[in-house]
Amino acid sequence: MQCPKCRGNMRTYERNGVHIDQCDGCRGIFLDYGELETLTRMESQWSQQQHAAPPPPPPPAHGAPGWGAPAPHYGGHYGHHRQRSWVGMLFST
Amino acid sequence: MSDEDLIEEMGRIGARYGGGPATTVPTRPDVAIVRAGSVVVKAHAPGAAREPLERRMRAAAHPALDGILLRPVTEEIMTVHDRLVTVWPAGTPVDPDDPGAAPWEDGARLLARLHAVPAGALPALPPAGGPARVGRTVTRLTGGSAAEQVVLRAFASLPDFEEAAGRAGAGLPAHGDWHLGQMVRTGGRWVLIDADDLGLGDPAWDLARPAAWFAAGLLEPEVWHRFLAAYRAAGGNAVPAQGDPWERLNLPAQALTVQLAAAAVAAARREGRALDEVESVLIDTCQRIVQFRSACHSVPTQ
Repeated sequence: MQCPKCRGNMRTYERNGVHIDQCDGCRGIFLDYGELETLTRMESQWSQQQHAAPPPPPPPAHGAPGWGAPAPHYGGHYGHHRQRSWVGMLFST
Repeated sequence: MSDEDLIEEMGRIGARYGGGPATTVPTRPDVAIVRAGSVVVKAHAPGAAREPLERRMRAAAHPALDGILLRPVTEEIMTVHDRLVTVWPAGTPVDPDDPGAAPWEDGARLLARLHAVPAGALPALPPAGGPARVGRTVTRLTGGSAAEQVVLRAFASLPDFEEAAGRAGAGLPAHGDWHLGQMVRTGGRWVLIDADDLGLGDPAWDLARPAAWFAAGLLEPEVWHRFLAAYRAAGGNAVPAQGDPWERLNLPAQALTVQLAAAAVAAARREGRALDEVESVLIDTCQRIVQFRSACHSVPTQ
């Protein structure tokens, strides 16, 4: 069979019951009648399985509390002013 | 009575116990510290009550706290110009110029050891400081600025933490005011200092400051996790040995955040300046506490 696009030679593969013709030249793929529907069905089955599966366990939430800062403020971009009040707080009642 | 008279008399006391010339040591505004040779002389905050301090001095001098809390030179409490004055061995504090090198793990282990001392092994102690200080700091606010209103809302959103601290801790020995200024090195070892808030309470409050700093995003996670891991490895009982420590830390750390934010806005107002970045971070954290607490309330109860 010849590729309808580049006239190259097309090779037939079977993947999970679906016939696929692929061009050796341009790597284009040709599907027979009904094979696109087969692929769509398989895709929707796969995604249903994903939804039906129990959600993955939450990661251990011991790292930070729910009211914690979404982004850290440490890091060196606050300059000496930050340093002064931060260090003061570390050492005072 | 002038401050000079107080300092002069403290210097004389220091010379008697420690020898050497007296020099004042910078500290918080309501406390005065004079060093003389091998001792420091401390004038406690004006209005401090003698009876609870006597009990705390007896505990600090008790062998059960050897190597954990600095032992006073004498249990005696002197009165100098209406101030209570105590005498302690001098030690080397944590270097404020190098907070990265601070002995976080040593602090954690000392707290774990203190919390593990059976209350019955110590002379009877008053309640630990900590929870009561939050309300005292917040009452200084007037609500006159948007930031103050956020702090007041966060304070109002918290459940009764004084009552919760009484329940959760079941009266374990606790320092009551721990931060990096509450350790000195003496005889080659770090020990806790400052018995002013030592007492029985919920030990989780001793972890509340670093927990609050970490939650606010101010303290590097690496430092917090080192501190917490050292506390747990030393058998610290304020949090479960494994699993989520925040069930125990949430409320004390939120209360401490409110206290730190209240102190920050009060300081900024006193100095007539805007909040700096660190102080603004505390206000933002108060805002998140309000959201967190209102989300807690909206969960339907069974």
